[in-house]
Amino acid sequence: MEGKEIYGMLIDYEYCTGCHTCEVACAQEYDWEEGISGMKVMEIVEKLPNEEYYLVYLPFPTEVCSLCLGRIKKGQEPQCVKHCMAKCLEFGRLEDLMEKMKIKRRTVIFRPR
Amino acid sequence: MKTEAESIRTTAWSAGPGCHGGCGVIAFVKDGKLVKIEGDPDHPWNQGRLCARVLAMRQYVQHPKRIRRPLLRKGRRGEGEWEEISWDTAYDLIEERMKRIREEFGPESFIFAMGTGRDIGPWISLLAYSYGSPNVMFALSGNACYSPRIAALETFQGDYCVFDAGQWFEKRYDDPRFVLPRCMIIWGYNIHSTCPDNLFGHWIVDMMKRGTKIIVVDPRLTWFSSRAEVWLRIRPGTDSALAMGLLHVIVNEGLFDKDFLEKWTNGALLIRKDKNVLLREKDLNPYASSQNFCVWDERTKSVAIWDSEKLEFVPSNTVPSISCRVHLRDISGREIECETVWDVFKRRIEEYDPHTVQKITGVPEKEIVRAARYYAKSKPASIHWGVPIDMTPNVTPLCHAIACLWALTGNLDVPGGNVIARFAFDAVAYALPGSEGVIKLKSKEKDLTRIGRDKYGPFQKFIWRCQTDSAFEQIFTEKPYPIKGMWIQACNLLAGIGMDPKKWREALLKLDFVVGVDLFMTPTLMYADIVLPAATFLEKEGIRSWWVPLQCMKRVMRIDDCKSDAEINFELAKRFDPEFKWNSLEELFDDILKPSGIRFSELKERVWVFPPEGHPSHPYLRYEKGLLRKDKKPGFQTPTGKFELYSVLREEWGYEPMPLHEEPPFTPLSRPDLAEEYPLILSTGRRSPVYFHSEHRMIPYLRSIDPDPVVEIHPKTAQKYGIEDGAYVYVENWMGKAKFRARVTPVVPEWMVMATHGWWFPERDPKEPELFGVWESNINLLIPMGQNGKDGLGAPIKHLLCKIYRA
Ligand code: SF4
Ligand code: SF4
Ligand code: SF4
Repeated sequence: MEGKEIYGMLIDYEYCTGCHTCEVACAQEYDWEEGISGMKVMEIVEKLPNEEYYLVYLPFPTEVCSLCLGRIKKGQEPQCVKHCMAKCLEFGRLEDLMEKMKIKRRTVIFRPR
Repeated sequence: MKTEAESIRTTAWSAGPGCHGGCGVIAFVKDGKLVKIEGDPDHPWNQGRLCARVLAMRQYVQHPKRIRRPLLRKGRRGEGEWEEISWDTAYDLIEERMKRIREEFGPESFIFAMGTGRDIGPWISLLAYSYGSPNVMFALSGNACYSPRIAALETFQGDYCVFDAGQWFEKRYDDPRFVLPRCMIIWGYNIHSTCPDNLFGHWIVDMMKRGTKIIVVDPRLTWFSSRAEVWLRIRPGTDSALAMGLLHVIVNEGLFDKDFLEKWTNGALLIRKDKNVLLREKDLNPYASSQNFCVWDERTKSVAIWDSEKLEFVPSNTVPSISCRVHLRDISGREIECETVWDVFKRRIEEYDPHTVQKITGVPEKEIVRAARYYAKSKPASIHWGVPIDMTPNVTPLCHAIACLWALTGNLDVPGGNVIARFAFDAVAYALPGSEGVIKLKSKEKDLTRIGRDKYGPFQKFIWRCQTDSAFEQIFTEKPYPIKGMWIQACNLLAGIGMDPKKWREALLKLDFVVGVDLFMTPTLMYADIVLPAATFLEKEGIRSWWVPLQCMKRVMRIDDCKSDAEINFELAKRFDPEFKWNSLEELFDDILKPSGIRFSELKERVWVFPPEGHPSHPYLRYEKGLLRKDKKPGFQTPTGKFELYSVLREEWGYEPMPLHEEPPFTPLSRPDLAEEYPLILSTGRRSPVYFHSEHRMIPYLRSIDPDPVVEIHPKTAQKYGIEDGAYVYVENWMGKAKFRARVTPVVPEWMVMATHGWWFPERDPKEPELFGVWESNINLLIPMGQNGKDGLGAPIKHLLCKIYRA
């Protein structure tokens, strides 16, 4: 499908708090059984120089993420984006997301399966 | 034909997410079933967002294990044999048994136990008060959640306050009246989890994105502390020393708001040095009021009076000295030396220089100085504190010290600061600190038998529950009167809120009659005689006025025979009180809502309403505008009308009137003997975003995210004890032991372990002795009852001692 080639998800991992909302929002929308979701939130405890640590969370789109293209066609947002507690997920065309990435550090763009 | 689901806009407030609520939601219901739930994008509280717990509501509301009909116990308590009965039979049985107890032993012999407040407080009070008992019990040791903080602030500043996130305005951060805080101190609070204290945790994230910098006080590496300008990694239980240290820097470096000090605090009042108490007008003149105080007038070089009722000086053109040492004569002609409160206060904080504070707290001296300067120089700035503040016996002096921080830096009730929080439109349902409410006991006399009332000052003025540890003890001693029954509503004593839970089990076994109201069968309810099925927020009508806005809940569906806590208690209350004055729940709602001028029917249409400008529940600077006091005079609702650096009430109750640090009862410093055998600090209660205390373990979406009880152990500590990540370990101390999965992680310091709380296993056998596995991983087995502050508040829940070893 055409859509999959141009859309992606921009994740601002500076602000993701690891609340797991995205996981459950997706599970509710697609009626996944427990343990399955289009997002998997990871906790990473980064070790830095001088015995310092930095705690980050990263929501990672899984093999079942469809980028909610069905919802997009209806003019709706992806469920995870809509509910994200830190408002750190953004759905969009890759070109547009790239522009946003230029001005915000600690971001990644994912293009799921 | 395909029918569309109906969408209904309502408010999420327990049961369901378990939190203290406020999120606007849209529920999609089809054929009486919840098909989906979404955040309401138009709602100013959450702006479309929702937590995992609300998004999992479909699995909650339609859960196969929900209690769906009233149950009558067959067989022994704990055997788990139940018979389904009708509501009428249940009500009849309860009425009969409870009336018998009331006749024989008096209404006070029945305790009404609740878990954390939420939408339970008003309805459990309604039932208790209609029955005639003053003994509503929030079942946590030392009542150590929220009410100590609220009562403390009522004591020194007359009103509670919270951080400002523009929550008072429909347009929130975009409202021109709101100012973004430049700095926030986040004191023992873990955002990416629950939304405690009637606030929405992620508001802080919103503000950080807009530029707010944070300072974090926490022993754990958290999402916040990773992003902090300054992270104060404190030894648990030493927060009061840290707060005093911050005050030390701010006062000594002159970083405080002199104008606020002189105008709005009681710093100029004189303290008589012979007795170390405030000099009262009565000390100088036998006919004068004992509630008037004295200052030194710079102009006349003589004593002047602060009239606490009129809130003015006599003579009126007095220029009070903020710092002086004077000699006066009392009525008997004896010379007494006096100093100002401010001078004594300064001397107190002199004891907490950063070097000393480093030794107590473990926080490096230079970080204390850096944090103090950063906070004091950022304008505006706010402090937000979490439940660890309550969970220490020294809670009230600790609150006092922190309150002095925001007051002396001029951040009280200013935009972007610590803003006074009152119930929306002052619509108060039931007695809470500082407010009486519509639901009350028939007479003041009825309150005299409330447990702990006589013993503890705050329980006579601000706290209208019984003192939990005293009630617990009284069940066993039966003195001064026996306890015969308990109504347990939304309260999982054995798995969540009860410390020393095996003893609570004994307490329950001792009672003649126990009723439980809940949504799922719990280890606690195995000891009930009758269990009633409660409703989620989607199945009930209700109102919410905790802070702002004023909100309502609408029934969108029904599940079998489940009823809302309000309905259940209303129907039973009518049976106990021949003079019960409301004909319907809606009438009662209207009564509570009266101060707002809005009826429940109208609120249901609007869903949320903000108090307007000029209303006492709308900010800012209300002490200047005369919006806080009943007499409409500028000032605070305290005995002196000022923010009290020195608390008049605390002095009268015989407690320390100024802030200070007291080492908690079980730390390596206070109990080096115990620390030899139990070398690690045991802290408990770090939050999981998918659980609220002991709830949600049976919700598949949530449990799959956080499946096991874990204890966090630092890698070096784990290595020392030969523990690998994921291994089962015992955490043990002189009270007992509990089994957890080790999570080996540097988020905790080497000298501390953090054990999660509220664990039981709904999937296991409910019967004794298994009892849903409640004795396996229950950290409360290691926590004692009865270790409270002098004022009956606070408990050492976050700083005990333990050892760990492989299971
Ligand atoms: S974009 Fe849609 S499918 Fe993908 S994770 Fe989010 S909610 Fe699930
Ligand atoms: S919902 Fe947002 S903040 Fe929460 S875990 Fe997912 S991406 Fe992170
Ligand atoms: S926990 Fe927070 S996000 Fe979830 S319903 Fe409660 S207030 Fe809303």
